[in-house]
Amino acid sequence: MSAPADTQSTAGTEASLRGFLHGLPGVDQVGAEARAAMLASRSIKTTAKQWALDTAISMIDLTTLEGQDTPGKVRALCAKAKRPDPADPTAPMVAAVCVYPDLAHVAAAEVKGTGVHVASVATAFPSGRTSLEVKLADVKFAVSAGADEVDMVIDRGAFLAGRYLEVFDEIVAVKDACGDAHLKVILETGELVTLDHVRRASWLAMLAGADFIKTSTGKIIPAATLPVTLVMLEAVRDFRETHRRQVGVKPAGGIRTAKDALRYLVLVNETAGEDWLDPRWFRLGASSLLNDLLMQRTKMATGRYSGPDYFTLD
Amino acid sequence: MAKFEYAPAPESRAIVSLRESYGLFIDGEFGPGVDGRAFKTISPATEEVLAEVTEAGPADVDRAVTAARKAYQHTWSQLPGRERAKYLFRIARIVQERARELAVLESLDNGKPIRESRDVDIPLVAAHFFYHAGWADKLEYAGYGPAPRPLGVAGQVIPWNFPLLMLAWKIAPALACGNTVVLKPAETTPLTALTFAEICQQADLPPGVVNIVTGAGETGRALVEHPGLDKVAFTGSTEVGREIARACASTRKKVTLELGGKAANIVFEDAPVDQAVEGIVNGIFFNQGHVCCAGSRLLVQESVYPEVIASLRRRLATLRLGDPLDKNTDVGAINSAAQLARIRELSEVGEAEGAERWSPPCELPVKGFWFPPTVFTGVSQAHRIAREEIFGPVLSVLTFRTPAEALEKANNTPYGLSAGVWTEKGSLILWMASRLRAGVVWANTFNKFDPASPFGGYKESGYGREGGRHGLEAYLDV
Repeated sequence: MSAPADTQSTAGTEASLRGFLHGLPGVDQVGAEARAAMLASRSIKTTAKQWALDTAISMIDLTTLEGQDTPGKVRALCAKAKRPDPADPTAPMVAAVCVYPDLAHVAAAEVKGTGVHVASVATAFPSGRTSLEVKLADVKFAVSAGADEVDMVIDRGAFLAGRYLEVFDEIVAVKDACGDAHLKVILETGELVTLDHVRRASWLAMLAGADFIKTSTGKIIPAATLPVTLVMLEAVRDFRETHRRQVGVKPAGGIRTAKDALRYLVLVNETAGEDWLDPRWFRLGASSLLNDLLMQRTKMATGRYSGPDYFTLD
Repeated sequence: MAKFEYAPAPESRAIVSLRESYGLFIDGEFGPGVDGRAFKTISPATEEVLAEVTEAGPADVDRAVTAARKAYQHTWSQLPGRERAKYLFRIARIVQERARELAVLESLDNGKPIRESRDVDIPLVAAHFFYHAGWADKLEYAGYGPAPRPLGVAGQVIPWNFPLLMLAWKIAPALACGNTVVLKPAETTPLTALTFAEICQQADLPPGVVNIVTGAGETGRALVEHPGLDKVAFTGSTEVGREIARACASTRKKVTLELGGKAANIVFEDAPVDQAVEGIVNGIFFNQGHVCCAGSRLLVQESVYPEVIASLRRRLATLRLGDPLDKNTDVGAINSAAQLARIRELSEVGEAEGAERWSPPCELPVKGFWFPPTVFTGVSQAHRIAREEIFGPVLSVLTFRTPAEALEKANNTPYGLSAGVWTEKGSLILWMASRLRAGVVWANTFNKFDPASPFGGYKESGYGREGGRHGLEAYLDV
């Protein structure tokens, strides 16, 4: 278990890691919010909208993370993931389904061979409040059940207390436990509160080996917001410049309308750039969003809105 | 080809109904000029003729001043403040109701992106009328004595960069304080002022309180030299400002001038880099750089110079230049052929003097007046592009090593309208702000305006303040 080679000097000790993270340029909240609001005013029409709706669908991590989840519910979700619009086979598949570890095997069996990934939350999601051993066991269980993507939560308590190395080591250990599975690191930005924290947590996760950085669990309000995602996109952009490695971004929670989704795509396009406009590098963690995207898609094709009953519940 | 190509999203022109020709707005009515002369106003983005506008001669200006005097004596100065306030509130609400029409018209006539006219210009116009409506019945609390008196008739000459907003900055405080006005909009952008005249009619403003005379420099001269004025207010170039000051010297006219600028936007090494880059872009490319308080001189601390310039270049590559009416346009057209010629000339001088010129890859439309966003690096204080106001999308980049050097360079200009300071260190912001000789100092932002905040210059950027409590002084006999 060790940190990626290129980050060992930065993260070698508590002091060097702290020095690095606190040396990152600050984020001016007013300015970041103004920039996000300006980009949200972009007007995406006609051909651009068609492309963006399909791209957004293909970036969805279709999610169910409820105590009441059952194998039946997960199977229904997988059916929806593979064929989002039963009436229209040209609608693209989503990127992944996202479930709890004990249901990962159900999802894996359902989507096998389709190209839809199985993401599983782990590490005592959503609070992350348990021992490292339990967290690692949780990860290994999810991976062995067939998850090829793991969404872990960071220890926000340790982060806010300034114990950065502890958070770092934990991510490194989880990454190690993931094996070949892709690791998405959930920062839970709603609990980090400030954009300076978001930038530091993003860098911390990337230095520790995250394949993706993700905003939220969806269990805390606020979940994903445009300014938070803006700061994370700046972080992955800057990280690639300095560390020659591309890291993905996943806003999750609270993204419900096609209009919202399009705003995120604009944000990606004009912040990190078009290299990230791909399901391999950008995901939207959502559930009800999919139906709104499908409804808008049908509207583009037919010129009419159809009622919600024409789109399947998942 | 880009992956995510934004399709054209033009704002509809249908909301604007242009007349073929416009008369002068004198004593509450549109009417022809005495000598029947007219000129055309065009869209700078396409060179399409939008309308024909009357050129006011001295006789027309005289009629307008007479109407304003009559309205001042018999109506407006006699109304209690709370009654004047009602008219201003009414105007503000009509501006809001007609906001989309005004925004489209402004973008058509001026060339600025609809996003800016829609989100900045027109909302601020309404805000200025609302704000000053609030002052009209509270002038005794403004700190200018128990019953401050208006000055009388104001002659106001405004520029083409923010046509309707500059009108609002001039007319709202004048009316709130009990003055009447004769206003001359710029010859390249008269249409929103003429629509504002319609709004005055719609608001049942008493005839003669607001008079709009259109024309070029000659009309402006006739206005500011008219002996019937008590007040002259001008926004525009320092050169014309000097002439006006000379013309008004040894008359009873009070004068306020808001002139040119060469603002320093100062980025310290601990600045929030991404937001600072946004601020640099907003500082100089907002409104194509046609902003008197534009951050046209970027001063970057040497220790962060490479990364700031790299970020800036990357960001400029995303700027969208083109049709001003497209909702996704960031940079519109240069307002006139004459202004374009001046920008070109100074940019060539910059190159000849040895500065390095850079623009992002950017296709310019064939018709109309266009200039790409341009950055000059390696600029020194001695270069003309570091000293003269270009009034276009051209940024001159200089460097500094210490706060004292930044301050010295920032103040080393004949102008003093605005400045920007970017740092996370509050004490440094205060240290700089108290020493910068500039009327406005922005900290970690740029080009932010609010009717409650006074705006105006030091040195050759003019005198007098507009907006806020300070701005009332310009229209009161104090």
